[in-house]
Amino acid sequence: MNIIVCVKQVPDTTEVRIHPVKGTLIREGIPSIMNPDDKAGLEAALRLKDEMGAHVSVITMGPRQADEVLREALAMGADKAYLISDPEFSGSDTWATSSTIAAAITKLEYDLVITGRQAIDGDTAQVGPEIAEHLNIPHISYCEELKIDGDEVVVKRQFEDRYQILSVSMPALITALGELNEPRYMTPGGIFDAYREKEITLWTRPDIPIKDENIGLKGSPTRVAKTNPKLLKQPGTKIETGVDESVQFIMEKLKEKFIL
Amino acid sequence: MDFNLSKEHQMARQLFHDFAVKEVEPWAEETDELHRFPWEAVRKMQKYGFMGIPFPKEIGGQGCDTLTYILAVEEIAKICGTTAVILSAHTSLAADAIYINGTDEQKEKFLRPLVEGKKLGSFALTEPDAGTDAAGQQTKVISDGDEWLINGNKIFITNGEVADIYVAFGMTDKSSGVRGISAFIIEKETPGFSFGPCEKKMGIRGSSTCELVFDNCRIPKNNLLGREGKGFGIAMSTLDGGRIGIAAQALGLAEGALDKTIQYVKERKQFNSPIAKYQNTQFVLAQMKTEIEATRWLVYNACVKKDSGKPFATEAAMAKLKASQVASEVTRECVQLHGGYGYIQAFHVERMMRDAKVTEIYEGTSEVMKMVISGNLLK
Repeated sequence: MNIIVCVKQVPDTTEVRIHPVKGTLIREGIPSIMNPDDKAGLEAALRLKDEMGAHVSVITMGPRQADEVLREALAMGADKAYLISDPEFSGSDTWATSSTIAAAITKLEYDLVITGRQAIDGDTAQVGPEIAEHLNIPHISYCEELKIDGDEVVVKRQFEDRYQILSVSMPALITALGELNEPRYMTPGGIFDAYREKEITLWTRPDIPIKDENIGLKGSPTRVAKTNPKLLKQPGTKIETGVDESVQFIMEKLKEKFIL
Repeated sequence: MDFNLSKEHQMARQLFHDFAVKEVEPWAEETDELHRFPWEAVRKMQKYGFMGIPFPKEIGGQGCDTLTYILAVEEIAKICGTTAVILSAHTSLAADAIYINGTDEQKEKFLRPLVEGKKLGSFALTEPDAGTDAAGQQTKVISDGDEWLINGNKIFITNGEVADIYVAFGMTDKSSGVRGISAFIIEKETPGFSFGPCEKKMGIRGSSTCELVFDNCRIPKNNLLGREGKGFGIAMSTLDGGRIGIAAQALGLAEGALDKTIQYVKERKQFNSPIAKYQNTQFVLAQMKTEIEATRWLVYNACVKKDSGKPFATEAAMAKLKASQVASEVTRECVQLHGGYGYIQAFHVERMMRDAKVTEIYEGTSEVMKMVISGNLLK
């Protein structure tokens, strides 16, 4: 079985601080990580490899330094890695990104494509399903459990208040939730192999079979019109008194705010 | 001359850091308080290849180098001194002794399970009357047919009760002095091999520090490690490597205490201001950071020397001497900057201060390090 996992390098938003005046992200000095949902997708692929044997390829699109997440994927146990990187692809929205990645995937053999649900920097959750549409294959999003049953993938698709068990014939694409699993660590030897023995295939513009009108900024139908910082919630007041006093305090506050 | 870690070393450091925070930190306090071996963390280290970092893949290792292994010890020591020394004693002492001195057959039988993380290693040299004077071994080993017969006691043995494979030393020829010492590989469960009491210690309290008792213990002839009568040289050269591990443990303890202290002085307010705003705090922090960085390069330099195949005993001794001094000083200053909070368990730096002290003592005291360094200067 051939599995392709799409991963993205993102800033570690747990470390991001907000500029107190501008309200924008301070990105300087913020470490880059593999997007958590994508990492869960990779782990799912590696478990299938461990259980039933599979060839796992990872793909990312981004600047050259995005090769770090591919090295990490190789160090976790992926077999092949592809970096789609060219200035002509920069400024891509989800449409242009998914078009480019889907065009790249057509160069490879695959039974299953796995992407993360969404990236923690953009939170669109669009690229995975769009890749499936471009490839004209079925997809199941929000996967919290998956198993292979013959030629089908059986997926538990999680919603806020319920879930579905769905099965789909391969080739298919699924988008993984971070809750799908606990990703493994790299091994020290895996890291050395990833840098010293394995190679990352670099695909630039000429390597991707896609029309100019579908790539980069000019191939992006959506534009960010304006970004508004979300107001940061002030920290609440912590009251540490006995039950009676606490109830008294809360009642007074509720009256003060005209809730009671 | 390049003082930057390579990309693979940087990624390995990140791995060890993440692992230490997620898998070691949750157990660190309990490990100390209950004198409990941190099996949960050690099992995971075994699973992810941490027990065989500098050894070739052909023998089941990770195929990395000494520097990578040292980064692991350092990052883990930032969080827990106990877990760091378990890794160090296993790798630098037990596994490395067999890797350097063992036959192919011994490597396959004993080294492979050690570096693959299936078994834990230990190194037994010290005796009640043979500490710094390691040549004063009392353990007697006599040749008896196709076996060795061992009688004697070893004390203060790290990973003592929990290990599976022991590299131990004894006198095969009392009349020949240091040339009468030989090295052996002994497996747990060998009849005649048992454990005496385990020690209650000031620091690194979760590491199993025990007495080994050999009472008419018989091992096969081919468990002799190296040649007969060459045990003293094997012990000394193995300890040279071990000292880099202890230096890394000391470096990590100092860095870990400094990390906690930087966080504390920014939060702790006195006279309406965080104590980080006071010049005394700033100057103490600056001095500690400078000492730590100077130490780092001594430690990493010893790693690179070892891997280049050049003599590294002096570099290892200097790294351990400096790192253990810095660990003791820095952790003590960190407790002082914490004030009363530094003296209580919940703020961790008192544990690090207790853990740091032993780095000036084991695998050769600071005085022994000075003997090694000056011996090289005056030869």
